[in-house]
Amino acid sequence: MPRSLTRRFLVGAAVVAGLGLALPASAQDAPIRGGTLTALLHPEPPYLLSAVDPTLQMAVVTTKMYEGLLSYDLDMKPRPLLAESWKVAPDGLSYVFKLRQGVKWHDGRPFTADDVAFSLGVWKARHARGRQSYARVTGVETPDPHTVILRLSEPAPQMATVFSSYESPIIPKHVFGTGDLLSNPAASAPVGTGPFRFKEWKRGDNLILERNPDYWDTGKPYLDRVVFRFIADASSRAAALEAGEAQIGALTPVPLSEMARLTANPNLVATTSGYDYMAPVLLLQLNVRNKPLSDRKVRQAIAYAINRDTLTKTVWFGYGKPATGPIPSVVKAWYTTDGVPAYPHDPKKAEALLDEAGYKRGPDGKRFKMQTDPFPGGAEFTRTAEFIKQQLGRVGIEVELRTSDFPSYVRNIFGEYNFESTPMYNGAFPDPSAGLQRIYWSKAAQKGVPFVNATGYADPAMDHHFEDAQTQNDPKKRWQDFADMQRQAMTDLPVIPLMEMRFVTLANRRVVNHTITADGLIGTNFANVYLATPNPAAPK
Amino acid sequence: MRGFASISALSRHFPRSHYVLARVAKSIPVFLAIAVCNFILLKLAPGDAADVLAGEAGSATPEYLAALKSQFGLDQPTWAQLAHYVGRLLRLDLGWSFRNNQGVLALILERLPATLLLMIGALGLAFILGAALGVLASRHVNGALDNLISVVALLFYATPLFLVGLGLIIVFAVHLGWLPTGGLTTVGASYTGLRFAVDVALHLAMPLVTLALFFLALYARLMRASMLEVFNQDYVTTARAKGLSEGRITVRHVLRNAMMPMVTMLGLQVGTLLGGSVVVETVFAWPGIGRLAFEAVMSRDLNLLLGILLICSVVVIMANILVDLAYAWLDPRIELAR
Repeated sequence: MPRSLTRRFLVGAAVVAGLGLALPASAQDAPIRGGTLTALLHPEPPYLLSAVDPTLQMAVVTTKMYEGLLSYDLDMKPRPLLAESWKVAPDGLSYVFKLRQGVKWHDGRPFTADDVAFSLGVWKARHARGRQSYARVTGVETPDPHTVILRLSEPAPQMATVFSSYESPIIPKHVFGTGDLLSNPAASAPVGTGPFRFKEWKRGDNLILERNPDYWDTGKPYLDRVVFRFIADASSRAAALEAGEAQIGALTPVPLSEMARLTANPNLVATTSGYDYMAPVLLLQLNVRNKPLSDRKVRQAIAYAINRDTLTKTVWFGYGKPATGPIPSVVKAWYTTDGVPAYPHDPKKAEALLDEAGYKRGPDGKRFKMQTDPFPGGAEFTRTAEFIKQQLGRVGIEVELRTSDFPSYVRNIFGEYNFESTPMYNGAFPDPSAGLQRIYWSKAAQKGVPFVNATGYADPAMDHHFEDAQTQNDPKKRWQDFADMQRQAMTDLPVIPLMEMRFVTLANRRVVNHTITADGLIGTNFANVYLATPNPAAPK
Repeated sequence: MRGFASISALSRHFPRSHYVLARVAKSIPVFLAIAVCNFILLKLAPGDAADVLAGEAGSATPEYLAALKSQFGLDQPTWAQLAHYVGRLLRLDLGWSFRNNQGVLALILERLPATLLLMIGALGLAFILGAALGVLASRHVNGALDNLISVVALLFYATPLFLVGLGLIIVFAVHLGWLPTGGLTTVGASYTGLRFAVDVALHLAMPLVTLALFFLALYARLMRASMLEVFNQDYVTTARAKGLSEGRITVRHVLRNAMMPMVTMLGLQVGTLLGGSVVVETVFAWPGIGRLAFEAVMSRDLNLLLGILLICSVVVIMANILVDLAYAWLDPRIELAR
């Protein structure tokens, strides 16, 4: 492994819970062949082409069929997948991948370097994040069918973390090479290299994958079938897990309020492992364009006024950890609290700061009104907004809730900047250039584009931290950039990090090896998954 | 003219076909007006399909968003989109659902059987059971049985559908394990013939009962009131004076006349049939049109939603025609306008 990668990834160990947690006692035994694994998924993906669309739920399905060059284990260490070995030049200006030989697409055609070069073109031109991740790739060379060389105009250290099946899946050139990508029938019926083949998709009901007998990792996968069931109602999903009709659900498949009842079920096990790649953080984004939120003291007062411990324990049932900065502690490579301002719950200090800023309590005890738009992603976000309303009410800020459906929310916040504050979440990703630059960098702001800088925050020093880090090949200097970034983010507070979120995978105890990569069910290909005892629910 | 000749031939065999054809012809401008109104109404909702797709992806670049918008035709002015849409409708083309990456008509047809099965089953059960309970209640006015029927019916009417649905799931699927929690068939079982029918019936049982219990109260109450009204008519007194038995009066003389409001109600509800029941379909993961429509709203899938609304309006108009025909059959005094 190249030095620059080694160093970064050794520092970057990121594990929440040990893998052992999710495994039954029989995990030590030899894997059992056969059986059907039924997984719950909501919402149903529109099509199955993660090379273009990084929606998490879509990737839960596609990564069983399409694979990336690498996978990242629970410690964020890169592991070979379609690439057997790889090398990054010391100057960071070229990446060489040696591809696995004898790999075949599901239609029998051989997988070659041309497919990788073609896929890279797709990621760069069409993927929602790829344009930024691969911005500095200026050339791709394929000296032989099993070697790919990427040439860069400048170092792009964030690329070290983007070669996963989720972020950069490799698609066949002979299938997608001509015509529009999304109109291609294969956009809904993948032809990949992975351990499972597409079988059928009954929209609104289920999607079936079946074992690829010609998978390159001989003997795998162990399962005969993977079935995804689309159940829109969270309580019905809980019932399906309890009844044993489904054995696994990713991305917190049931309401957190039902988690205690479900984890008490001896057949079910919950794990928060496998989400470190996304590293989701609950944020309160503030629109700093207008008074009074344009005043830094007001924003700091809000940070002091919200009790993040109580928020985590009550609203989120403990599935989280109070955040200390924009980078969550699971991203160990870059996380620091050194010199980063902290905001322990202190309503008195909040009131003093608000007085200082000139927003004194009026005759009715109120200082000013603030609207808040909870992210339409479940009851927990609405309750977070209600919690904030109650907490800020105590220091004299009157909060008004405005709830909306998803399209209206996207339009209000990112299309028209018509908001004052919004509790929502953002994936910090293993590299801040990928996950955080988009919400703090002034040039990331693009009216109409969802989930980029919407706060109106623009600061030359902050821009500099990100711009330097983007092409900084010296890991020490890059670390310094991000440490400075964290300090400044917590001083200026255009975004108040509230809580590191812990997504939950709920699985039947029989399901073994479901979470073995940093991106969990979203990125792993299920080649190693097996059912510890024969599955009685599976149809013969 | 051949067309005319065949129509008159038709009307010779089916005396009411003229009426039906005239009604159908009159409804064409109504369809178009509905389509245009729907289009404008949906355009007023904030956000579009590209916002949703890019939003769900969690990240996007301006170019990514622009590519989506141009693919969906959202970069064109609204009037051009409307003109396109109406133009397509006139060619009987319902368009493409970008959200589902599938043709709208194909999507609707795929979901139609599940919805029809559920709705016709539930309405049928509610209608027959409601009529029976209503007759029973009317024969024991203010008695214990009458009160029991009213209380039980109203209880189910007042209980939110999802609560009844989840209650049934917890009892029959989770605890007893007799019935599946949801879906239309056992996934991947590929049964055929009788086994398939039994499989679907097992999956259908809980959603059907949940929905039927809801409609039941309406029909039972309506039937009871309607029966009581007819019982007070003079001709019933005459029949009693003739010495007919109460049972015969109820079945032969009162029931048929008391059916009129029931048919009206059924006609109204058949209109909503295609819409399915969003709640029941969601709770039981039933792959029907109600959920499809709901998801189309949430994802601003304009073509799909317009397609569903349009087909629903076709069904409403057809149901109205059928109800009018049923009136004439039930009560010969009613004449259909020419």
